[in-house]
Parts: sequence; C-alpha cells; structure tokens
Amino acid sequence: MPSVKFIEHNGKEHVVEGDNGDSLMVIATSNLVPGIDADCGGECSCATCHVLVDDAWMDKLSPISETEESMLDLNPDREPNSRLSCQIPLSDDLDGIVVNLPEFQY
Amino acid sequence: MSTMVIIGGGQAAGQAIASLRQEGFEGRILMIGDEPALPYGRPPLSKQYLSGAIPSEKLAVRPEKFYQDRNVELRLGETVTQISPLEKTVSIHEESIPYDKLLIATGSTPRRLTIEGSQLDGIHYLRTQADVDAIREDMSHAKNLCIVGGGYIGLEVASVAVTAGLNVDVLEMENRILQRVTTPFMSDFYHGLHTNRGVNIHTNTGCSGFRGAAGRVTHVICGDKEIEADIVIVGIGIIPNTQLALEAGLAVDNGIVVNEQCQTSDPHIYAAGDCTNHPNPILGKRLRLESVPNAMDQARTAAANMLDINKRYAAVPWFWSDQYDLKLQMLGFSGDADASVLRGDPSALQFAQFYLSEGKIVAVDAVNSPKEFMVAKQLFGLTVDPGALTDPEVDLKSLIPVRTA
Repeated sequence: MPSVKFIEHNGKEHVVEGDNGDSLMVIATSNLVPGIDADCGGECSCATCHVLVDDAWMDKLSPISETEESMLDLNPDREPNSRLSCQIPLSDDLDGIVVNLPEFQY
Repeated sequence: MSTMVIIGGGQAAGQAIASLRQEGFEGRILMIGDEPALPYGRPPLSKQYLSGAIPSEKLAVRPEKFYQDRNVELRLGETVTQISPLEKTVSIHEESIPYDKLLIATGSTPRRLTIEGSQLDGIHYLRTQADVDAIREDMSHAKNLCIVGGGYIGLEVASVAVTAGLNVDVLEMENRILQRVTTPFMSDFYHGLHTNRGVNIHTNTGCSGFRGAAGRVTHVICGDKEIEADIVIVGIGIIPNTQLALEAGLAVDNGIVVNEQCQTSDPHIYAAGDCTNHPNPILGKRLRLESVPNAMDQARTAAANMLDINKRYAAVPWFWSDQYDLKLQMLGFSGDADASVLRGDPSALQFAQFYLSEGKIVAVDAVNSPKEFMVAKQLFGLTVDPGALTDPEVDLKSLIPVRTA
C-alpha cells in the first residue's frame, strides 16, 4: 500500500498507508491525523481539508479544477502548493508523498 | 476506566468517536446505531449515490479497521430503548449498559404522510442508505417519478431522475419551491432551471392521496387532479429524534435542548446533530439545523466537553446542494436580511446573491461561485459596500480585511 507523510503545523509527522483511489483527506481522517476537518465529506464544498503539498510532489498531481482553485483562492494561508486533500486520490505514483498541514482550516 | 456511550450511528456519532480518541481518551467507547452500516455520509445519498456515481463502499466515513484499531465497540442494527439518567445507564431491551458520559446523536426521521394509499409499494422516503437502495431498485424500472415536496432533497432527486430519463413531477404545497428555506429570487431561479431540464413543477399543489393497483402506486391524487406515477418520493421535512430524551426527562423543545457546550439538561448527557436545539452565539438565537457541518462541529464540541475540555460551539451555519452541474453553497439565513445584491449572471448559471442587514453581510447563496461563497464566509457580519459586491471589476479579495495576528 502506498504511504503518505502528513506533517502537522507543529512539526509532528504522521506516516500512514492508504488504498489506491482513496483521497488524502479520507486517509487523514481514517488515521486521526489532526488538522483536517473535512466538513463536507469530500465534495469540494467546504475547503476545510486544505494542505500544502511538498514541492517535490507537485508535478505528479493531476491539475487543480476550477472549483478547487476558487475555493482556495481566498484562503489567507494560500500558497502556490495549496490543494484540497479531498481532490487528491492516492496512487502508486504518489507513494511517499509529503503534505504539510496549515495551522487553521477556514 | 470510564465509558462513553453514543446513541446513533450517523455522521455526528462517527465524528464524536474520532474526536474522543483524537483528544486522547483511552477508555471504553460504545456506539449503538440502529442502521446496519458503519457511520456514513448522507449528503451523497440524494446525489452521487442515487445516480450510481459512487458505490456503497465509498459511503462510510471511515473504514471498519479504524474502529477495530482504536478499540471502539460498535453495536450496529440495534436500538436503544431507554435512557435512565439517575442510574446512568442505557437499555437495549432487557440489557442495561452503564455510562459515565452519554452522547445522543439520534438524528432525524423524515416526516411521513398518513393519507389514503400512503402504504402502497413504490412510495419512498429518503434518509438512509437502505432507503436509496430501494429507490434505485424501483427507479431502474420506473417511467414516471412523482416527488412530493419541493425542498432540496426533492429537487436533488429530481435532477438525478430527469437526467436518468424519467418523467418527473414535483408537487409543492406552497406558491413556490424552496419556500421554507430560501428567497423568492432563488426559488424562481431553481424553478426555471428544473423546468428547462424537463421537470414538471406544480406549485400550490398538495398531495391528498395515492391510488394503486395490485398493492403498488400508480397515481398521485392532488385534489381533483391525478398524476401518473410508478414511483413516489416524499420529501416534506424531518422530525428530530427526541423520543428517548423526552422519556428520560431531558429538556426538549423542537429538538433536545443543549447549551453552547452541547450539554443537555442532564450534565452527564450531551447531544449533537439534527436532533438538537442549540444556541448560536453569533446569530444570537437558538437553532435546530439539518446540516452535516453542524453535526460534525457539534460532535467535536460535545466530545471535548465530555472529556472536560471546554469547547464552545459557535459557527455560522452553511449548507450546500448539488443539482445537475450546479453547486449551490449557502451561508447564514437570507431571512435575516433587509437587502440583497446580485453578483454574476443567473442566466449564465453562475452568480451569488449576497444578503445584508443594516449594511452587514448576513447570508449568501452562491451558484457555481465558490469564490463568492468563501468571501462571504470571511465577510460575515462585516459592513461592506454593496456596489463593490456587484461590480465584476472589483476583486473580492480586496474586500477582506487584513488579518491581524
């Protein structure tokens, strides 16, 4: 199973495994990784699963959709590597992906 | 080691389990839910699950292993019959289970019709996965679907069904669809949208009975008119599940009465989700909400307070509805407003209606406009220039005050 490294805002690391096709949001909530609220359950409706993807992995992700882009655009913690983790399905290509969690979800 | 018991198996229950463990609780957690399934997401039921876009195994919020690994006991498909606050026990028939803290997350039940023919086969309500499994089975060989009630559930179903090729009628008792939950402007917009896609909407039309053949529904009776229907879905609102709380002597008033800590009138008993009547300190009034974000947030609040970590629930309510290729995101209550302004173009199916009260933003309805929704979240309660909101040349970002750390 591919793995994901979530790094909390305070530096605490969580390395967890997930099934191919599950979103990083589902993998985080299924492993009690703090810092991801996921209020809408993965429908790209709430933007409370914001993550900052490690730059080395950005090229491997599918492009950001217009809706996701708009949801993130006004986030005060927005960075060039911001994504909504519900929109990133895990795959073998992403085995070992590193994502950082912001201090707050909005 | 103390015991936390959770009654209910929906999203509030699931989130409370996660939050209890996340906050470091290592004692016993027992969840008793009357559905056979693990806690799952209900929003997709009337959307992607009904259409078949997502399979049942994707509905569960967390996999079974999550509960096993964290030593959470799940009693699925079982119904709590009594709460005894003095003994601090809950009963499943003859069996008595002690608790230290109890969370009631019993949710709500669709309001049922009890009129002529309402027991016929083919008449459905939509709340659970099992409901939708039965609806999908019937829909697969139906031609004419009649939806009783023009609320969000009914309209979401209408969008899925008409897209799947069924003839769809929607009956609405009031003079406009969504009358209970939104403004005439939004009702008009959704009326036009559904009509354009082929849905027949009948306003000022109540359902007075059903006619059938061989035990199955064939017609919906509306006064002196009949509408052909081989499947009916009734979506006329929900009733909070408060019976256990009421019988236990807890304060109940259009929902289980809780404080900002999600605590009921018994200090050892908490409640979260659709079943609660709770204070909203931001809006300055009590609310009973039918909403997932509310269920999740209240569950987090209740879990913290059950562990004596003081946490207060104070959030601006928000909702969403997906119909066809339109995502509607709503914040606050438009009924609180004295003015509204429009940004964008309804005919292009992309716009946001901002609602103001004394110049302050109190609500937004955003259609395919997630950016406007997100800006409203940050501008809620603030005074803004209505002209700037409507001006497409104004970057909404510029309206957000700079955060001070």
